[in-house]
Amino acid sequence: MLLSWMAWTLPTALFFLFIALSLIAMVVWERYRPGGAPRYGVLGLHTTRGDRLFISLLGAGFIFLIWLGVFGTPLWAPLGISLVYGTAVFRWV
Amino acid sequence: MIDRVSNQKAWLMVLPVILLVAFNAIIPLMTVVNYSVQETFGNNVFFWEGMKWFEEVLRSERFHASLGRQILFSFTILIIEVPLGILVALNMPRRGIGVSICLVLMALPLLIPWNVVGAMWNIFALPDIGLLGRAINGMGIEYNFTQNPVSAWLTVVAMDVWHWTSLVALLSYAGLCAIPDPYYQAAKIDGAGRWQIFRHIELPKLKRVLTIAILLRFMDSFMIYTEPFVLTGGGPGNTTTFLSIDLVKIALGQFDLGPAAAMSLIYFLIVLLLCWVFYTLMMRSESNTS
Repeated sequence: MLLSWMAWTLPTALFFLFIALSLIAMVVWERYRPGGAPRYGVLGLHTTRGDRLFISLLGAGFIFLIWLGVFGTPLWAPLGISLVYGTAVFRWV
Repeated sequence: MIDRVSNQKAWLMVLPVILLVAFNAIIPLMTVVNYSVQETFGNNVFFWEGMKWFEEVLRSERFHASLGRQILFSFTILIIEVPLGILVALNMPRRGIGVSICLVLMALPLLIPWNVVGAMWNIFALPDIGLLGRAINGMGIEYNFTQNPVSAWLTVVAMDVWHWTSLVALLSYAGLCAIPDPYYQAAKIDGAGRWQIFRHIELPKLKRVLTIAILLRFMDSFMIYTEPFVLTGGGPGNTTTFLSIDLVKIALGQFDLGPAAAMSLIYFLIVLLLCWVFYTLMMRSESNTS
């Protein structure tokens, strides 16, 4: 098969689907509320929606890595923490 | 309400670059993510392993050690190259024939391929036949970068400083040349000394180019592979095994593609975080000063 060398698995495909959907959602959001909603957040940074998505995803990556390094699997707890963290970033950062 | 003109033709213009980035960055990165959760013994056959490789890498002393060495190396070269580059730029001539001579001389190390730099320094620093190695040993200082970790570190750092200080110097020089003369005239009228001119005129004006120089040097040094690999091969022992050398040893030496993929992603996230923090801090201080 053409894509067999990429060694796809269902979880990794779902992960990339989530990233792609997030990006599409950002495009749609921008279409309806143009300008990126810039603001000066609690971290003392000027951020737009795109910055907030980046900070959320990067932070979530580290939440998962730290959890894996300290506690290991399962990953439901870091998933919950990441969701709370992402919501907080979009709300206040 | 802003009257927006809808023109979708721009998508066609950016399509080539999207395709290029997809083929040389996104698709390989996706493949690395896929590899990081599986085990393979070749033949395109994969076995699901879940998060095992991530746990293994994150808890391995070997990874911690190479990450520590990498951070130490990057900060060491930044501490040396940035002030040295500024110092060189401050002393470069601003007019006359000296400008061209200096610019060509400064650009020379940047034009030499990484593996050639490694090979040059390897021969140059060899304790028995190299000019540098023999000279240092001749002065009665024990120096052997193939056996002594301190010598190996000093050589790797010296090599990087030799190769890349020019970049910082050239960027700083461009920044210095862009400062209009009235600033200096005003400083002269106010009776400012050399240090005050540097501190209150030149350094603030250099901030933008220094941001670029530090970011470039940090990212490049954090991903350094070829030069130390050719010079020391990561040795003696593992003392100059930086992250990328360790990664190649795992991926190609041991053919452990799963752990290597997991390590690549951790490495990638660290680089991404550090660059973002660096960039944000510098942009913030810049907006505070302007």
